[in-house]
Amino acid sequence: MLLRGLVPALAVLVVAVLASLAVGAGEVGPARALAVLGGGGDADARFAVLQLRVPRTVVAVAVGIALGVAGAVLQTAARNPLAEPGLLGVSAGASFAVVLVIASGASAASLGPWVAVLGAGAGCLLAVGAARLRGAGDDPVRLVLAGAALSGLLSAATSVVLLLDQRTADEVRFWTVGSVAGRDLGTLTQVGPVLAVGLLIALLAARPLSALALGDTVARGLGHRPARARALAMVAVALLVGGAVAAAGPVVFIGLVVPFLARALVGPDLRRVLAVTVLLGPAVVLLADVASRLLVRPYEMPLGVVTAMIGAPVLVAVVRSTRMPAL
Amino acid sequence: MSTLEAPRPTRGDTVADPADLVTEALDLGYDGTRVVHALDLRLPPGQVTAIVGPNGCGKSTLLGALARVHEAQGGAVLLDGRDLATLRPRDAARRIGLLPQQAAAPDGLTVRDLVRYGRHPHQGLLRQWSPEDAAAVHGALAAADLLDLADRPLDQLSGGQRQRAWIAMVVAQQTAVVLLDEPTSALDLGHQLEVLELVADLAAQGRTVVLVLHDLSTACRHADHLVAMRDGRVVAEGPPADVVTAGLVRELYGVEAAVLRDPTSGTPVVCPVRRVAATG
Repeated sequence: MLLRGLVPALAVLVVAVLASLAVGAGEVGPARALAVLGGGGDADARFAVLQLRVPRTVVAVAVGIALGVAGAVLQTAARNPLAEPGLLGVSAGASFAVVLVIASGASAASLGPWVAVLGAGAGCLLAVGAARLRGAGDDPVRLVLAGAALSGLLSAATSVVLLLDQRTADEVRFWTVGSVAGRDLGTLTQVGPVLAVGLLIALLAARPLSALALGDTVARGLGHRPARARALAMVAVALLVGGAVAAAGPVVFIGLVVPFLARALVGPDLRRVLAVTVLLGPAVVLLADVASRLLVRPYEMPLGVVTAMIGAPVLVAVVRSTRMPAL
Repeated sequence: MSTLEAPRPTRGDTVADPADLVTEALDLGYDGTRVVHALDLRLPPGQVTAIVGPNGCGKSTLLGALARVHEAQGGAVLLDGRDLATLRPRDAARRIGLLPQQAAAPDGLTVRDLVRYGRHPHQGLLRQWSPEDAAAVHGALAAADLLDLADRPLDQLSGGQRQRAWIAMVVAQQTAVVLLDEPTSALDLGHQLEVLELVADLAAQGRTVVLVLHDLSTACRHADHLVAMRDGRVVAEGPPADVVTAGLVRELYGVEAAVLRDPTSGTPVVCPVRRVAATG
């Protein structure tokens, strides 16, 4: 069962990594890029592949793992297949926190990942609070509506900050639409440990979280503490989404699309879903990023726009399916 | 069980260590509303106890407290003489298994995956999946007669098969106490018997089984010990044949009834006549 998911996910990931290294919006095409990977290649190609595409690929892999795992964890904790960090306002919370701090005078370069993590944490709490409101928690679509309202509010607030402060606008445009272009490996030395801790917490909480899928009473009967499992899940999601936003800005829908595909491959068990997600998440982000370089050549489309274009139809498909898959 | 019932081979492993489950002056409730009052109860080890009573009498709340899912507001649940509240949740879950009413599983979950959840109390960070777990899951699937269906998704099974799969999850937990909340509700007659025969097997293996049941005649037929509750208090307790009378039915449900004898098992059968004012 697990192999049925891991093998195709790994194959897609390998193809996606090669494509990300080989394909660009600029002059260096696949033939010249592959020559570099073979150890040769001309100077221009070496620069494009080693200085631009390798760091970009590594950041995309990290972001893909983080957002995929965060989505799977959030969906299990909320027992809602639509609980996606981007849809529920978690990513928007992280972006807004960063924009607010930059607007109040801090420089984007000196900003660590913690502002984004705290923003994501606040977004998480607001989303969970909204889900606890009467009735909203029972109905997957209503939770997403509450999340969409929160996301919209935070985006509007971000826009207001940008309108008021022109200097900020240039520095923070990046934080309003996600992208992995122009990232260097320095990004990852800051964000990497945050993501690693988030991932570790998610893995530690996986067993109790998976039991929550049977309902709180059954989970308690099996010796779990549902409140503690949910708290751990929230911390993991805040770290993973905050770290991802700090590295690449808000990249939406990855947390919806990837667990959705993983569940289709290996069924609903969270631990198997996570195993497939850590391969499939990077693959989807990389493929979307490759598309972002090719769609409007020689320009690039921001990654966040591409993932939104992929994710929106998936969201509609999940909502429209005659029976919402219960989690 | 009844003496007239034809002997049927039991399935599954026997439990070496029967548990003694007792409540002492137990108070239970939600948000200030008291549901169960000063309840003293002893659940006979290795027997099937059925808890009956009108809707809202505190049956399910009591069952939850016996499994440590609801906290006591006063008094205590004692497991082998130890206060359940002082046990770590996982240790309690190794001794007591609970199947709540209308448990729901995610779509696509297979029978085997569901039963594997029963091993959670026996696993930890350092102790992951073991051969012992595999043996327990296999044993539980065999006990519930589900080996052929193990890899089918739950949502493709009949109601009776699905309920047996949930019970198999609790069996895989290998607990000395098994608590089942209305395991036969919404099942037809054949499927009810399917589940109740499995329950009888569990008790025959030395488990202390406690069922919440809706139907009084079913409870009489399939339980060794009956606990009748009303308004959070025990009204009557004992072997069904001794306890169930027309007076008890009137007191519990406000229903005038004729109590007959089951021609096969000799246990009481309740035939309601009309609704009257409740007494007591």
